[in-house]
Amino acid sequence: MFTNASNFVDGVDLSFAIILGASVFFLVAITAIMIWFVIKYNRKKHPKPGIVKENHKLEIIWTVIPTILVLVMFYYGWMGYKPMREFPKDSIHIKAIAQMWSWNFEYENGKVSDTLVVPIDKAVTLDLISRDVLHSLYIPAFRIKEDVIPGIDNKMWFIGQELGDYNILCAEYCGDRHSYMMSKVYVVQETEYSTWLNDKSSNDHPGLQVLKKNACTSCHSLDGSKIIGPSFKGVWGITETVITEGVERQITVDKEYIRSSIYDPNADVTKGYNPGLMITTYKDLITEDEVKDIIEYLKTLK
Amino acid sequence: MSTAAIQSKSFYEEKKGLKSWIFSTDHKRIGLLYFYSLGSFFLVGVILGLLMRLELISPGETIMKAKTYNQVFTLHGVIMIFLFLIPSVPAVFGNIFLPIMIGTDDVAFPKINLLSWWLYVLGGLFALSTLVVGDGPADTGWTFYAPYSVKTGTNVSLAVFAAFILGFSSILTGLNFIVTIHRLRHPKMGWFKMPLFPWALYATAWIQVLATPIIGITLLMIIAERVFGLGLFDPSLGGDPILYQHLFWIYSHPAVYIMVLPAMGLISEMIPTFAKRPIFGYKAIAYSSMAIAFIGYFVWGHHMFTSGMSGPARVIFSILTFLVAVPSAIKTFNWVATLYKGSILIKTPLLFSMAFIFQFLIGGLTGLVIGALATDVHLHDTYFVVGHFHYVMFGGTGFAMFGAMHYWYGKIWGKMYNEKMAQISFGFIFVGFNFLYFPMLILGLMGMPRRYYDYLPEFTTLNVISTVGSWVMVLGIIMMLTNLIRSKKRGEKAPKDPWGGTTLEWQTSSPPSLHNFDTEPIVPEEGPYFHKV
Ligand code: HEC
Ligand SMILES: [Cu+2]
Ligand SMILES: [Cu+2]
Repeated sequence: MFTNASNFVDGVDLSFAIILGASVFFLVAITAIMIWFVIKYNRKKHPKPGIVKENHKLEIIWTVIPTILVLVMFYYGWMGYKPMREFPKDSIHIKAIAQMWSWNFEYENGKVSDTLVVPIDKAVTLDLISRDVLHSLYIPAFRIKEDVIPGIDNKMWFIGQELGDYNILCAEYCGDRHSYMMSKVYVVQETEYSTWLNDKSSNDHPGLQVLKKNACTSCHSLDGSKIIGPSFKGVWGITETVITEGVERQITVDKEYIRSSIYDPNADVTKGYNPGLMITTYKDLITEDEVKDIIEYLKTLK
Repeated sequence: MSTAAIQSKSFYEEKKGLKSWIFSTDHKRIGLLYFYSLGSFFLVGVILGLLMRLELISPGETIMKAKTYNQVFTLHGVIMIFLFLIPSVPAVFGNIFLPIMIGTDDVAFPKINLLSWWLYVLGGLFALSTLVVGDGPADTGWTFYAPYSVKTGTNVSLAVFAAFILGFSSILTGLNFIVTIHRLRHPKMGWFKMPLFPWALYATAWIQVLATPIIGITLLMIIAERVFGLGLFDPSLGGDPILYQHLFWIYSHPAVYIMVLPAMGLISEMIPTFAKRPIFGYKAIAYSSMAIAFIGYFVWGHHMFTSGMSGPARVIFSILTFLVAVPSAIKTFNWVATLYKGSILIKTPLLFSMAFIFQFLIGGLTGLVIGALATDVHLHDTYFVVGHFHYVMFGGTGFAMFGAMHYWYGKIWGKMYNEKMAQISFGFIFVGFNFLYFPMLILGLMGMPRRYYDYLPEFTTLNVISTVGSWVMVLGIIMMLTNLIRSKKRGEKAPKDPWGGTTLEWQTSSPPSLHNFDTEPIVPEEGPYFHKV
């Protein structure tokens, strides 16, 4: 708290100050009065209750004053929020792609990254895309959050105002690894940003790039550990049991099996794992050539 | 106060044996059936909550896997909301005391009353069956948000069906109470001679009847989508996930008032009794119950400020949310004003009522923080929200029920509880509760999302405090229950009117006879809270 990391922090924190301030005041005042009455008019000291007439004026006062107060609170809440919905005309557009349980950011020049890198003092609009269930892109330091909903084009924008890195979290429950669905936003100098953006070389194996881009690695580990799906380490060529339409059978992990695991994941379900977690088909997301890259890469993972 | 009057048998003594209970149409017995079944579910919910807190005492895996944790918080929510809070006060205290407080011998439809208890039990069994069949309890959260709820392999359909059945139970109770209040009030009891607890039940009953069918049909739609693959909410089948959220909250926001209005009614009973003063602003409180029930229908969108609703919709829902806070504020002011110049007797029910006011204030005021747009964007789906609704639901409704259990203990069970033990247990529950939930508000402000199995190291300290708080609170609850159970055997015999209460339930014996009154009750002309001094 108490930074100026994005252009919204001021407005939001002002509404916090006003609403929380008034709340604390009322909480303390009402509680204190209540306790004071209970002590003062304790039956031991005050055996006979006094006569108190109904008081219409009082009722009206404590109806009108709270009404005005809450409308003031509403107003500040609205004002702090309004700029979040006023999208700038020219801004950097980045697709934020959410998928169980990782974030990917796709830049206008085609670069894809699992962290968000933005230049300081420039407006950035995120187009929010979900490939499976609901997620919510939340950057606490920026005071912004918007749900990422499959089939609906939500968006959000911000200006990063202080250099640094900030957490990106998923705020909408999305399954087993919801609490691990994290990334970072790096606010950097303009020059650093453009070098980064135009550097598309990668030391990664092309197959690994495909896996990262499609968030396969958030369920399949590369080091043998079990996350949600079977690890990719050493999977090439082994014989394992799968369940096909309810019947168990033995298969060998070969080209055809991997291809069908990507294009039709629910056809053969690896024994000991849950069906239905992978996207119904990756046909529109992964080309045949990319599948070949993946297979080549898996061969190297001994 | 006829000394030698023919003391007829209490409703316990009329008939004996299990059958005479589970097929009884006596509103008091049905209320007690609800009490014991609700109480059992509450304890299951508490244990699940303890397990969650234990898991969160340190980052990383502590006692269970992520998936188990997700199932535990879902089951905790489903049990606490559908099996405890929604029926809670009306089903237990409403059933036992509504007919007595309005001077009649039963509800309008005693058999339907029994049916709603049976439906409740059936719904509860369905909810529990998710534990043992198939892939285990649902892991969606009690909100069953689509499309996750359509995709996951866990027992969502069964859990949803349980909630569907429970909805019917709730509708029937509501219907019964509306008719009872309209038709069976004592002839001398006009609307504004009626105590405020029946008023609160009346407002609640309308919500139960009008809002519950919406959740019923929505839940059926989830089942249809899962079983027949109809594309209603899942976009990959052509459905709309936002539609689900609207339908869900159109019920579930008013349901918040189903859970809290009757509890406010309990507070309006206990405070005048222990202050020995007529309640201040009787009409204002009665009207604000109705106002809350009415405006409460139009604010559901505040659960969706970040879901991509249109800008104007967000603004309108925010302003209406602020307006619904006003009637609650009015009630609070009137309760405190009732204490003014009273002659206050400090007993456990009053302590719980005072804690209610304090905690309900925190719950309500934090509600304003998340009702405002700018602040809600930051806080939505964080621990702040978890803290907020536990302050309202548990700090409010839960505490009011604990208070009422002591207030009417003698009337229901015929004995007095041990006051000193009760006050000590209250202390533990109050302190534990606030240590348990207050840190959540801060965690939320710091940006910790809810439904998190694991968290960043900077959140550790507050999570530890919260978990320790849960132990203190549960210790207090165990002490309180032990006291109540022991007092049933050892307590002194309860007089008719131990506190100097003025409403009709204090005119009959403790416990009452089968037909509630042996002699015609006298409806005080000066209004329900007139104390002769
Ligand atoms: C949401 C988690 C998740 C994601 C994301 C995911 N998978 Fe899977 N995957 C699973 C699970 C669970 C299984 C085992 C059940 C099954 O076979 O359907 C599996 C099975 C597989 C198998 C078969 C492995 C074996 O040992 O039989 C392959 C190959 C595979 N996935 C490839 C991929 C690729 C390539 C991607 C990215 C394009 C991907 N997965 C993304 C969860 C995931
Ligand atoms: Cu997510
Ligand atoms: Cu609500």
